[in-house]
Amino acid sequence: MSNVPYILRRTVSAILTIFAIIILNFILFRLLPGNPITLLYRSPALTSRQIALLTSEFGLNQPLWIQFVIFFKNSLVGNFGISFFYKEPVTTVIIPAIKNSLILLIPANLLAILLGMFTGAVSAWRRGKKVDGTILGVSLALYAMPTFWLGSMLIVMALYVGGIPVEGMYSIGALSQNFLARFLDFLSHLALPLITLTLVLYGEFTIVMRNSLLDVLSEDYIVTAKAKGASDSRILWKHAFPNGLLPLVSLIAISFGLVIGGVMFTEIVFSWPGIGFVTYTAIFMRDYPVLQGAFFLITITVVLANYFADFVYGYIDPRIRYQ
Amino acid sequence: MIEIKELVVKYKSSKGEVYAVDGLNLEIDSGLIFGLVGESGSGKTTLGLSLLRILPPTAIIESGNVLISGTDVTKLKESEMRKWRGKKISMVFQGAMNSLNPLMTVEEQVAEPLIIHENMDKDQALLRAKENLENVGLGENILKRYPHELSGGMKQRVVIAMAIIEHPSLLIADEPTTALDVVTQHRIMKLFRRLKDEFGVTIILISHDLPIVAEVADKVAIMYGGKMSEVGDAKEVVTQSKHPYTQGLIRSIPDPRSTKVIRGISGEPVSLMNPPKGCRFYDRCSQRRDLCKTYDYKPAILENRHLVYCNLFEERMA
Repeated sequence: MSNVPYILRRTVSAILTIFAIIILNFILFRLLPGNPITLLYRSPALTSRQIALLTSEFGLNQPLWIQFVIFFKNSLVGNFGISFFYKEPVTTVIIPAIKNSLILLIPANLLAILLGMFTGAVSAWRRGKKVDGTILGVSLALYAMPTFWLGSMLIVMALYVGGIPVEGMYSIGALSQNFLARFLDFLSHLALPLITLTLVLYGEFTIVMRNSLLDVLSEDYIVTAKAKGASDSRILWKHAFPNGLLPLVSLIAISFGLVIGGVMFTEIVFSWPGIGFVTYTAIFMRDYPVLQGAFFLITITVVLANYFADFVYGYIDPRIRYQ
Repeated sequence: MIEIKELVVKYKSSKGEVYAVDGLNLEIDSGLIFGLVGESGSGKTTLGLSLLRILPPTAIIESGNVLISGTDVTKLKESEMRKWRGKKISMVFQGAMNSLNPLMTVEEQVAEPLIIHENMDKDQALLRAKENLENVGLGENILKRYPHELSGGMKQRVVIAMAIIEHPSLLIADEPTTALDVVTQHRIMKLFRRLKDEFGVTIILISHDLPIVAEVADKVAIMYGGKMSEVGDAKEVVTQSKHPYTQGLIRSIPDPRSTKVIRGISGEPVSLMNPPKGCRFYDRCSQRRDLCKTYDYKPAILENRHLVYCNLFEERMA
């Protein structure tokens, strides 16, 4: 019960942040030179009557604050207009793309987090030993490695081995096959992007976990646990590990929050039809409605991920719950 | 009975080796409160940690023996030693600091030794934890709380409750009242006295604060530079101190009723990186003589088992 006010405060601050995002999203695109009419119809044959008609149709003759109210309402219901390029509502373009991204991102993150937590903890516990050196070396190398380079190398290897698809989500014609065949086809397409993303994320999780745990292991309460007669594994997993996890929670939140930007390179390299790939193409097509929708969603995911992290913090760290 | 014989504990650092405890001999009788007093860096905490063998990884017990009721703990296997920790020998750390796990409730932490050593089920262990906390004067309302919600004095009592839950025969308390106010200090000291009287626990009280130790301890040992200076009956060491270092310590205690200027001990504490041959206190001693440079740390034994590690008493040397 005592953590209700904390959650309430975090909720209010998350909602306020989303409002601020909508306002910024409105202002930023108004700051661009020209207006949607000049962007849409660059034909010099356009008469001033036609321009006036379009302007009133788009509501651009209304005062700015009325435009804002309309924009605000539309943002809240997820209406970002029609894509210039796809000629479809922005949501119809973005939502399947986000689903595709999450299919890639969630397993990659979970794998990287679990592997990173475990190897990071082992590394800290065996500080200065051979195991530590190996884990740290591999993590640093993976952390420093550019995503597109790692992806490209995997593609080269896959082509050398043969039989592993290197682009897209499905083979041509796969959608007409039965469920099992389709699923296996999907998994084979998922393999390389999943490995790439997992490896890229893994390094950072390991290093953060290791450093955080090294700090914790030098705390007095670890000596207390030892003085009670606790075994090494009890000290590591019951006393040190939960405390070492705290900094990792915010890192996990940020990494989930950066869904779109973070997976962009992987999606581009493997032509994975996710939100990163869609954003990337939208920039080239100057597809402003899609960009606006994508920006809104990027920021919303960041806010929600942080909100979730705050919630998790409140659950695992009693010192935060009561503040 | 605890017998420490020629104990040497060294820390390895990039600059060289530091002998924090250097050939130390000490006998501690059972059922007493034994005060171990010295300034920062005198090796008193290292000595305490050596008894439990929970020294940091950079430190090793190089030689010597520590016999606790006849068993040499320096020779025990790590798995055996672990069974001693928190059961036969407990340690109380400075509770006001970080010695409680911030993510565990008070009752969980106090009950943990029972779960580790007795394999007790959780409910039963928590019940015992409750009784133990009552015993140190903490009520039921504290059980489900976390360390950050407690005052320094409460935390200190939690740490003590945790250390005595297995009824150890030896309790090592390292600076248990440092950073606490005087009223709380007094209360904690009274608690130690009661533990000794009720359970017959031997208590080693490590502190830099001689007056507080003298208030409660039966015997006192004064440490300087990894070696002993003076060991004896607590009252005798304070009122009839023999060693120049002990005398200096006592002169540096402020007395609010007196307007006398406090005289400290001049000079810096001895470096344990390259300690001098002979007496460790030589550089700062006002009564030094040439033969102190080669003093071999054979104590003079005065009446009442009062040991003085100083050349001034050579004529009584045994």
